[in-house]
Amino acid sequence: MALLQISEPGQSTAPHQHRLAAGIDLGTTNSLVATVRSGIADTLPDADGYHLLPSIVHYADEPLVGYAAQKLANSDPLNTIASVKRLMGRGLADIKTTGTRLPYDFVETDAMPMINTAAGKLSPVQISADILQNLKQRAEKSLDGDLTGVVITVPAYFDDAQRQATKDAATLAGLKVLRLLNEPTAAAVAYGLDKNAEGIHAIYDLGGGTFDISILRLQKGVFEVMATAGDSALGGDDFDRLIAEWIMQQAGIAEDAEHQHIRQLLEIARTAKETLSTEDSALLNVKFIGWQGELNQQQFKQLIDPLIQKTIMPCRRALRDAGLTVGDINDVVMVGGSTRMPRVREKVSDFFKCEPHVDIDPDKVVAIGAAIQADILAGNKPDDEMLLLDVTPLSLGIETMGGLVEKIIPRNTTIPVAKAQEFTTFKDGQTAMAVHVVQGERELVTDCRSLARFELRGIPAMVAGSTRIVVTYQVDADGLLSVSATETITGIHSEITVKPSYGLEDQEIERMLKDSLEHAKDDVATRTLREQQVEADRVINALRAALKIDGDRLLKQDEFLTINTALDQLLKLKDGTNAQAIKRSIEKLDEVTKEFAARRMDASISKAMKGHTVNEFMEN
Amino acid sequence: MALTLTETAAKHIEKSFDSRGKGIGLRLGVKTTGCSGMAYVMEFVDTLDDQDQVFESQNIKLIIDPKSLIYIDGTELDFVREGLNEGFKFNNPNVKDECGCGESFTV
Repeated sequence: MALLQISEPGQSTAPHQHRLAAGIDLGTTNSLVATVRSGIADTLPDADGYHLLPSIVHYADEPLVGYAAQKLANSDPLNTIASVKRLMGRGLADIKTTGTRLPYDFVETDAMPMINTAAGKLSPVQISADILQNLKQRAEKSLDGDLTGVVITVPAYFDDAQRQATKDAATLAGLKVLRLLNEPTAAAVAYGLDKNAEGIHAIYDLGGGTFDISILRLQKGVFEVMATAGDSALGGDDFDRLIAEWIMQQAGIAEDAEHQHIRQLLEIARTAKETLSTEDSALLNVKFIGWQGELNQQQFKQLIDPLIQKTIMPCRRALRDAGLTVGDINDVVMVGGSTRMPRVREKVSDFFKCEPHVDIDPDKVVAIGAAIQADILAGNKPDDEMLLLDVTPLSLGIETMGGLVEKIIPRNTTIPVAKAQEFTTFKDGQTAMAVHVVQGERELVTDCRSLARFELRGIPAMVAGSTRIVVTYQVDADGLLSVSATETITGIHSEITVKPSYGLEDQEIERMLKDSLEHAKDDVATRTLREQQVEADRVINALRAALKIDGDRLLKQDEFLTINTALDQLLKLKDGTNAQAIKRSIEKLDEVTKEFAARRMDASISKAMKGHTVNEFMEN
Repeated sequence: MALTLTETAAKHIEKSFDSRGKGIGLRLGVKTTGCSGMAYVMEFVDTLDDQDQVFESQNIKLIIDPKSLIYIDGTELDFVREGLNEGFKFNNPNVKDECGCGESFTV
């Protein structure tokens, strides 16, 4: 008969109506799936008892996922795809410039990168879908039913494209995504930190190949990512390599040893590293040259301390970016297998001056947090259970005249969110408007990331500044953006869902944030200049139009000359770099055209008043 | 009248309460629904209802409303693993017939 689970009071479901939910940690090296059963959140093992699923897929007849695929990595490297998460939501050009050397046979395309395999051309989304499919099957076998929905975790710095790609992969795998959740947020949830009213938490995540530090602030049920920093090429593998190199030195093995031997050495190094987490020393036995040695705690610490130090620098940077000091941090949560090393815990504890949370298996903590959220979102908890909210990682803005960025949704805004802003036409008779959506903290479009462009056509031809176009930015609960523009008189409408074709490296986001701070002063200066240039263009356009209509009729020859001289001066100055000079020149032009403007106004008033008495106007 | 737990079930229930962090006992019961008449209910209990009867087995309070008790009196609750799946199982002497899926039953 069917097996039963304990429900929350009043939340029992009817037979065949179970709300089965799971949390998925879709990792670069390993993936996991977790669920809440009878009030216990835990990861689900496969039939062989393994909780971790290596994020590796081998393509031949049938896709093979996990350990089975890992075994084929050496014999069939081109068809064995690992670390596909690094490619999610990226363009081929991005991948080539990030320096991540992936030994696959890429197909040259403009948009999504595709990899040639024995199973045909495959996109990173399809490969991720195969990993998710495997976890889905595992969960459905374990829960004895179809999944209602899942929560999938993504790095806090993942941009729109990367989040969308992750969601697409889930859809392809036949999963309903209840929510994408930031990995550090999930870790905080696993420790129940969301149950506190408020607090500031540091999530230290040292995995197999990457290091991330995130500073989260919990306030009124919202986790805000205050800062993220890290090193996308630092992880447990680097510790293994370091120990392996030390063994080579001790044993006198040449640096250009055979590939197979290096692999064996790395394996010995990894075992030694794990042994030293609990023992005082580790025996080293290099069989292929018959060498035996020992690595003691002292030597081990000396070896790895510089690497651990490399993780402390980003911690310091993240704190500085968040405008905080060590004393502001309430909790430190350890995530990632490499935080099992006692020396890492020691150093992190020294730096943050508090004992980090280590009770939950650091490999599982993110998946467990995701499962807890999934359980709530699927409706298995009473309504008063707090629903967690996330925030936008970077500001979302629109390009305005002069290549400037107007921020519509600032960074760290709680999502879901919708914000509208009104814009108008710049030129008389303008019938179309280009909407350029950008992401980033800088003042100039060229320094931000372009997300999408679209056009609103069919705007009724009117005088500049008299149409009203409402542009709405909407970010859904998964951090995905859609933008719409509506002209308020005719109601014409145009919109786009942002699915950019290329991506940002995490360091690049970090760089963008840093740049925005470092260049704050330059940016303000540039902004001032551009604003003056835009204003100059506006004044010149308006004056030329007025002169064309009324110049001959209302101006004397010398007045015409004075205005023209001032106009020429502004035309000359406006493409320069002196904002002050442009400003003065605009003021000068304004001054010499005052009389002209007054006469034009008089003329139009007397035209309007023709046949009426002043009293009629007074009464109104 | 009695309800009992196997040792495995008791251990797992204890773990569940530890993880949840609150609760005075475990509610067992039936509700009339499902493809074959009745379905089992298992819920954490934070507050007792007036009519509730309380049994104790392996130091765990088992709470049940009097109507449900008629249908599941004498039940032993077990915790089992079947392949990857794991969960609780009612060994209920009153059951005459189960639906194919085993999620509901008749007495």
